Amino acid sequence: MSTGDARQSAATAKTPDRRSSRPRRKAAPLGWLVPAVTVGGLLPVAVLIWDASTGALGANPIQRATLQTGLLTLTLLVASLACTPLRLLTGWTWPARIRKALGLLAFGYGVLHFLIYLFDHGFSLGVMFEDVLNRPFVTVGFTALLLLVPLALTSGRNAVKRLGFQKWTRLHRLVYLSAGLGALHYFWGVKQDIVPPLLYAGVIAVLFALRLVRRGPTRQKASPA
Amino acid sequence: FARPARPLGPYDTQEAVTSYQQATTYNNFYELGTDKADPARNAGSLKPRPWTVRIDGEVKKPQTVDIDTLQSWFPLEDRIYRMRCVEGWSMVMPWLGFPLAGLIRRLEPTSKAKYVQFTALLDPKQLPGQKGNVLDWPYVEGLRLDEALHPLAFMAVGLHGRVLPGQNGAPLRLVVPWKYGFKGIKSIVKITLTEKQPQTTWARAAPGEYGFYANVNPAVPHPRWSQATERRIGELGRRKTLPFNGYADEVAGLYKGMDLRKNF
Repeated sequence: MSTGDARQSAATAKTPDRRSSRPRRKAAPLGWLVPAVTVGGLLPVAVLIWDASTGALGANPIQRATLQTGLLTLTLLVASLACTPLRLLTGWTWPARIRKALGLLAFGYGVLHFLIYLFDHGFSLGVMFEDVLNRPFVTVGFTALLLLVPLALTSGRNAVKRLGFQKWTRLHRLVYLSAGLGALHYFWGVKQDIVPPLLYAGVIAVLFALRLVRRGPTRQKASPA
Repeated sequence: FARPARPLGPYDTQEAVTSYQQATTYNNFYELGTDKADPARNAGSLKPRPWTVRIDGEVKKPQTVDIDTLQSWFPLEDRIYRMRCVEGWSMVMPWLGFPLAGLIRRLEPTSKAKYVQFTALLDPKQLPGQKGNVLDWPYVEGLRLDEALHPLAFMAVGLHGRVLPGQNGAPLRLVVPWKYGFKGIKSIVKITLTEKQPQTTWARAAPGEYGFYANVNPAVPHPRWSQATERRIGELGRRKTLPFNGYADEVAGLYKGMDLRKNF
């Protein structure tokens, strides 16, 4: 239902009226956008450090910090996944421009989440490998983070050129797998309150479905133009 | 950390006591919210007076007794116990209350009584978390009769020398220090002596993860995390978890001949 509405609005966005405004958009290139997203995305780190130093993380600060960085990872990953569907549905171009920053922020929080976990267990690699090998909850979380490593390494424009657009796109589809495993990790991590992880999984599923649904029609529209 | 002015009793741990602030703001009490900070925020809706406790099942005289009357049956004692949560954190709690054994004996169980079942308050107005179905309400816990009669098993009505706060299970809660914290049912309204093993809440919600016995056991991991270590609230590192939470000398005999991997 909403997809239909959005398609209509996407269609209206292609009327000549709107098109004439496009060059003006190029003239104002939203140069502040990516720095703003980056600074905004890093703010939670400052809040976390501030809360840790003032005792605001509560009686079990490490557990709280683990949970918060995990949630931030998943939230930013979902936000990065939402960029392309948002662009396709609305015709706006700015979401595509912050996608990389959101993805890298998600990766950064994932690494931080992992480092806090390691700290929690005294940086014992033995405990880590035992967890990764024996506990599916940790296995999927660890895998989700590992999958983001090649994506972070190929996030630059050079990597697109080097790999070729198709190869690069195919590689970066791994992000859906990573996000899905991340949601599963969250689902398995909670004791009983499964609603929040199910919400994340639902949003990821919808975003993935939007990509699948959108792929065909977009190409057809693109060829006559 | 506060040290009690009185001499330590035979069941008290000498370990540093968890502060009142931490013990009352980091709680698992899903009826008052699933976040650790929720119970302290929402405890205002729980009214611990007037309060009655129904006693029934395999007892000589089933009865409903007012909490103040029930409390007056026994002299109040202090007990400083370790508390180990199944999630991998622990506290040292200075409880105030009376041994469960005294209560059970006073109730005169019949020869059929093999288990004690505890039921918590069911009232979504007082316990707003019960408006959701995170767990099957009311919360139910249970002990084997010989576990309930063990001198360590305790009924708490106070903490840190004060009346038990709502978030810690006012006005009456169970404390079984050698078991994971979820066995310590809060805000009890019913005690039933039964012939059959009670269906306990967490064991019903996730039978592969939480058993009826739930004895603290570093050798049996939770399916999703190790139980080998724990974080003592207030400390940064982790410490080793002890079998039966350090009470093995006292209680291991209760489980002689049992496979504790099966009966987790």
